[in-house]
Formats: sequence, structure tokens, C-alpha cells
Amino acid sequence: MSQDLMFLTETVISGLMAGVMYSLVALGFVLIFKASGVFNFAQGVMCLFAALTLVGLMETFDLPGWVAVILTVAVMAGVAWIIEWAVLRHLVNQDPIILFMATIGLAYVLEGVGDLVWGSDVKVLNLGIPQGAWDWGLDNLNLYVEKLEIVAAVTAGLLVAVLAIFFQKTRVGRALRAVADDHQAALSVGISLRSIWVIVWTVAGIVALVAGVMWGSKSGVQFSLSLIALKALPVLILGGFTSVPGAIIGGLIIGVGEKLAEVYVGPFVGGAIENWFAYMLALAFLLFRPQGLFGEKIIERV
Amino acid sequence: MARQPIGDVLLKADNISLSFGGVKALSNISFDVREHELAAIIGPNGAGKSSMLNVINGFYHPQQGQITFKGQTRSRMKVHQAAVQGIARTFQNIALFKGMSVLDNLMTGRNLKMHSTMLEQAVYWGRARREELEHRGKVEEIIDFLNLESVRKTPVGRLPYGIQKRVELGRALAAEPSLLLLDEPMAGMNLEEKEDMCRFVLDVNEEFGTTIVLIEHDMGVVMDISDRVTVLDYGRLLAVGTPDEVRNNQEVIDAYLGVAND
Ligand SMILES: Nc1ncnc2c1ncn2[C@@H]1O[C@H](COP(=O)(O)OP(=O)(O)O)[C@@H](O)[C@H]1O
Ligand SMILES: [Mg+2]
Repeated sequence: MSQDLMFLTETVISGLMAGVMYSLVALGFVLIFKASGVFNFAQGVMCLFAALTLVGLMETFDLPGWVAVILTVAVMAGVAWIIEWAVLRHLVNQDPIILFMATIGLAYVLEGVGDLVWGSDVKVLNLGIPQGAWDWGLDNLNLYVEKLEIVAAVTAGLLVAVLAIFFQKTRVGRALRAVADDHQAALSVGISLRSIWVIVWTVAGIVALVAGVMWGSKSGVQFSLSLIALKALPVLILGGFTSVPGAIIGGLIIGVGEKLAEVYVGPFVGGAIENWFAYMLALAFLLFRPQGLFGEKIIERV
Repeated sequence: MARQPIGDVLLKADNISLSFGGVKALSNISFDVREHELAAIIGPNGAGKSSMLNVINGFYHPQQGQITFKGQTRSRMKVHQAAVQGIARTFQNIALFKGMSVLDNLMTGRNLKMHSTMLEQAVYWGRARREELEHRGKVEEIIDFLNLESVRKTPVGRLPYGIQKRVELGRALAAEPSLLLLDEPMAGMNLEEKEDMCRFVLDVNEEFGTTIVLIEHDMGVVMDISDRVTVLDYGRLLAVGTPDEVRNNQEVIDAYLGVAND
């Protein structure tokens, strides 16, 4: 492989890896939005909170990683239950903007609780995920890929596959899709909206945990983790707010796009494209394809 | 199989009054439905027919009056409770899960009959899998019964209106309800579709013995297939009786002539 091609491959791969993270955060958004029409501003903070809880449990109680993961999932389920109990059930049938504001409040509460319980210093997350570059046994190729990133991609892929089966094949998965489609009809067949909300927020919490672990393993668990949510926004505009495949593919496109732009366009415009590329792309989409990649074309009824 | 004889009172509405702001949708309505009966509610547009169904399955809570179902009396029944007690329904404006296949839509109807836990389902193992297959069998029977084989995997949003109405009936049937509420199941259909739907409604009543409350605009259909007819007009109860009694009721004739002259 030529040097240039090799470099391109590396750039694309590292873009895909960043994209996986965006996809996961966007996936959390989409799940909650579909099932309850809530635009969850707190999704990013949920990543931070989940990772903080995981590290905190491991450090404070000296627990093995897998035990801490199971406990953290339980904590996220508890958080979901509390959110339903304290917030959602009181705000059903309110305007979306009110629910959105409620999730802003939620973001601050989660962040505060995380700080209070686990402290605000940067934490090192070590779940035993291999670090360093991958040894391909193809040293003559000189392809440099982080092991952590491979693990992240595989884990995310598995998670999405498990979720897909869950949604397609099980009663609860079907109920989730039913609620996303039509609240009244879902109620009429005896689906309980409240339990569905708890389940959906729990699943979003698990997705947040996976994203938080991946990001945290790379850059430490700290407040900036919650800011990946800002990158999820353009992903949603690209993929459409209600499309699961859209969230995944949108995340990958943005991840790869911003790395490519940084490397190949950056030198001409002075760099740091990575910071704003996603938003420019989203803007372009808003202008030319507002329904996103997979959304249905919206035709106003007159 | 012969039709099961009409039995005891299954559902009783007592003095139901419901208003929206200034609009009185229902004033002081009382009537009952007996086991295995095919009861119809008729009346002009805006008479309060749909509101009555919504009260029965808990979507609307009347300001006054109560519903007694299977001997249990409630003034504010929740939709979920109604479903648990065996009330299933269809909607005047089709309310299907548009993105899901016919099969999946019908499977949601069996929601309350499936019991595997969240955890079992998350791993899709043991009971969850067994349960899924068992209920799939039941749903396939309903698909056969309603002649929906050819579209079982099609997302319902892509099906023509008449077929969607049939799928909605199927979803309600999948719950094996003891009371089936049908809100204008034949509205907007052509003659052939209407006849098919009529046949299905009658078959459900005869073969499964399901008690049915049917709202229908088409007087001919109603008079043909129902055991008893309740007539509403502007939220008031105009008449209750057999099709013959209702047909010859002067008030009913006046109300309907009024409509015809609109
Ligand atoms: N959710 C609602 N909000 C406000 N008004 C309603 C609502 N549902 C029904 N109504 C009113 O109640 C009256 C009866 O409506 P409805 O029960 O739908 O009549 P029908 O089904 O006999 O045509 C109408 O005047 C209608 O506008
Ligand atoms: Mg109506």
C-alpha cells in the first residue's frame, strides 16, 4: 500500500472510531425521542454520570470491573425510574418545549449528584481494555490503530445488534415500537406508557454507559465527557431524530467527515476544522434535506 | 357451531354525563350490553357515539355516572385496567402502528397475555422465546381467519385503507377480548369491503361468542346484524330496542329524517 493510501485509511479508521461514539450518544437521543417525544438534553450528562458511577464504584469499593458494570446498569435503571416518577409522569401532554426544559434541569441535577457523590476530579477509568496500538502481524504495513478503538467499535456493534434483536423479537421491544408509533393505540392494547418510559430511559442509560466507558477510557472521566452530546446534535440532524440507523450512520459520517476535513482541508483554511465541521454539515442538511438521511419527506397538509 | 345464547348483563352504563367545556357530549346515558350480544350504537355525526366508547374503555372520564363491567363498578377506569379486564377496541380513525408489520401489530394485541420478564427478553432465551412462538401461533390463526396471509409481513402503513381496518380488527381480536368495541369499522369502505367486514364481525360473534358493541353509520348494516340498537342524538339517549322497535320509533324517524334533510 502506498504511503498516501495508508494515511487515508488511518484517517478514515480513526474517524470511524470517533463516529462510533457520536452514534452511541445520538442513539440514546433517538430512543428517548421516539418513545416519549422528549428531546433529552441530559443524554450527554448521562454518559458522564454513568462513567463516573462506574469509576466511583470500582475505586471506592474496590470492585472488579464486571461487577461494577452490572451495578452501574442497575443505578441507571434506578435513575430512569426516578426520572419517570419525579418528572415525566407529571408532564405528560405538556408541550415538547416544557419537557425539553425539564431535561435541562435534569442535566444539572445529574451533574450535581455525580459531583457530590464521586467528586469532580478527573478520574482514570481502567476496565482492563487493552491500550496501545494493535499488532496486526502486518508490520510491513505500518497501519496504526489503537486497540481501545477496535474494542469500542466491536462493543458498540454488539450493543446495536443486541438492541436490534430486542426491538424486533420481544414483547417489550414491540411495545416500545408501538408506543413510538401511536400512544393511544398502545394504551388500548394494555401497554403501560410508564413502564415503557422507564425501560427506554434505562436502555438510553446503558447506551450512555457504553459511550461513557469508551470515551472515559481514552481521555479520563471528566466533565468534558458530557460535551460529546453537542456533537450528537448535528448527527441527529443528519440522521433524523427518529431513525436508529440514521443515528448510527450519521455518527459515522460525521466522525469520518471531520477527520478527513481536518487532514485534507485543514491546512488550507488554518486548521481546527474538526471543531466546526459537523455543524456546517448539519447546516447544509437543514437547507437541502431537512428530514435527514432516512427521514420521510415532510409534506405539510393544507 | 350454533350461536351462543345471549346471557347476563356484561356491561352496564349508569347515568353517564360527559362534557367538553360547553359541549355536552353525553347527557345522562344509561344502557347495558349482555354476554354474547351484538349491540349497536347509532346516531348522526357528533351524537356522542365515539365518546361513549371512549368512556367504556377509559380514554374519557365522565363527570357523572359509572360503568359496571363483569360486576365491577368504576367511575374512573384507566385504559390499561380496561384492557386487563378484557376490553379491546378499534378506532374511528385507524390507529395502527404504521411502521410495524401486520404480524407485529397483531402481536402487540397479545401484550397482556405474555409474561416473560424483561431480563429473559433481553437475552431472548428460554421462556421469552417459547412464549413468542406460542403466541405467534395464535396470531397466525387470526391472520388466517381474516384472510391476511398475503400481507402478514407488510408494514401496515403501506396497506390500503380497507385492509388496515381489517388489521385493526385483528389486533383487537388477538387479545381474545370478552368485550370488543368497534368504532365505525365499515366507514369509508366500498360495498365489497363492507360485506367482508360484516361477515367478519358476525363470525367473531358467532364462532368466538365475543360480545360486541358496534358503532355504525350504515343503517342497513346495523339493522341486519345487531341484536339491539341504542340510538343517540346530540348526546341524548333517543331509543333502545331491537332493530324493529327502533326502526318504528317516531323520535328516531324524526332525527334521521332531520339528518337526511341537511
Ligand atoms: N376530545 C374531545 N375534545 C373536545 N370535544 C370533543 C372531544 N371528543 C368529542 N368531542 C365532542 O363531543 C361531541 C360528540 O363527539 P363524538 O363522540 O365524536 O360523536 P360521534 O362519534 O357520534 O360522531 C362532539 O360535539 C365533539 O365535538
Ligand atoms: Mg365517532
